[in-house]
Amino acid sequence: MLDAILSGLNALAEGGIFMVQHGGANLIMLAIAGVMFYLAIAKDVEPLLLLPIAFGCFLANLPLSEVMHQGGVLKTMYDFGIGNELFPLLIFVGIGSMTDFKPLLAEPKLLLFGAAGQLGIFATLILGLIFLPLVPGINPAQIKETAISIAAIGACDGPTVIYVSNMFAGLGKIDSAMVGALAVAAYSYMALVPIIQPPIMRLMTTEKERMVKMPSVSGKVSKNALIAFPIIVTVITGIIAPKGLPLMGMIMLGNFMKVTGSVTRLCKASENEIANIATLFLGLAIGGTMAGHQFLKLQTLLVFGLGLVAIIIDTVGGLLLGKIWYKLSGGKVNPLIGAAGISAYPMAARLVQNEGQRWNKQNFLLMHAMGANTGGQAQAPSF
Amino acid sequence: MDNFTFGLTMLIVGMGGTLLTLWLLALLIKGITQLFPVEDDQPKND
Repeated sequence: MLDAILSGLNALAEGGIFMVQHGGANLIMLAIAGVMFYLAIAKDVEPLLLLPIAFGCFLANLPLSEVMHQGGVLKTMYDFGIGNELFPLLIFVGIGSMTDFKPLLAEPKLLLFGAAGQLGIFATLILGLIFLPLVPGINPAQIKETAISIAAIGACDGPTVIYVSNMFAGLGKIDSAMVGALAVAAYSYMALVPIIQPPIMRLMTTEKERMVKMPSVSGKVSKNALIAFPIIVTVITGIIAPKGLPLMGMIMLGNFMKVTGSVTRLCKASENEIANIATLFLGLAIGGTMAGHQFLKLQTLLVFGLGLVAIIIDTVGGLLLGKIWYKLSGGKVNPLIGAAGISAYPMAARLVQNEGQRWNKQNFLLMHAMGANTGGQAQAPSF
Repeated sequence: MDNFTFGLTMLIVGMGGTLLTLWLLALLIKGITQLFPVEDDQPKND
């Protein structure tokens, strides 16, 4: 009994000494975990992912924590599902089974907004290539891949960012500690889309443009067309961009199960249990990579700064295409729908609907915006 | 190839390729919806 008490006190003392000698960075990370807990619980900011990430961060930064050592619980989760990109792919099956491509199939031209909404990716890539060499301590051989990983935040799609960055980390092309920062930045900005987009929408469009009323989309698409769509897109992706096939294949598998209607149980499991379990483990393992001494670097600040720029440029790109379309159509297309050409689904489409109704109560842009939004959603994995 | 040229190439090729791919996909979707029109598999009173 006495031995056990002494052993406990000894561990407590060791933990205290560790925190005093080396724990500054860990203390900052514990505070960051606290902020993430607050955002997830009190402010409802992407709680499904932010809460497990925060808990993983909390566990990894406790003194003498061994959760990310070989054989540790978070390291095991990381190796099991992130090191080999399994968890993001499982989440994509769930996203596919939750996505309704009907508005897109009814108005396929809206797909082009998905391209304009990706402008942030490529513009941020250039900015990353300019600024990363100025960051002290960065390996010059890793600049291109690091810039690509940061630019992926512009896809506005968390699993895509994790997939891309983790693939590079596995190849030793980027610092593996960056995966956590990239994931947190991606999910944070996805959650902040309702705050980031509306001011840009108002800044870039005139009141007259925002008030444009568009004819309603019928939304009627045959079941055969809905079934053919995921199969054909998968085949085309496999031919044009085989590296994107795992992500696109999984999203289309989920959608295929949904539209056939013959595997309801699998579809519901993909939407709920599989996506939820994968999200929990992914969040915890990503949080585990946020150990203070690895996370608190100038690179992390750059990731967050450039990530914000990427989302802003995405919105600007979509709105610019919307304005061009407005002019070409003789004022029949509401340029606001361009802002929905990102992958934050269906949040971006709802924002467009709200913004349109704010200026014209007779305006129902939701179906058009959903078409653009599914275009962005479908485009993200092919990045 | 220096970093900036690489970035600019990616911007032009990436955006061009993305627009082209999505335009082709939009044409393909139009083809699919024409190949499988609504009337084929939905009752008229629907």
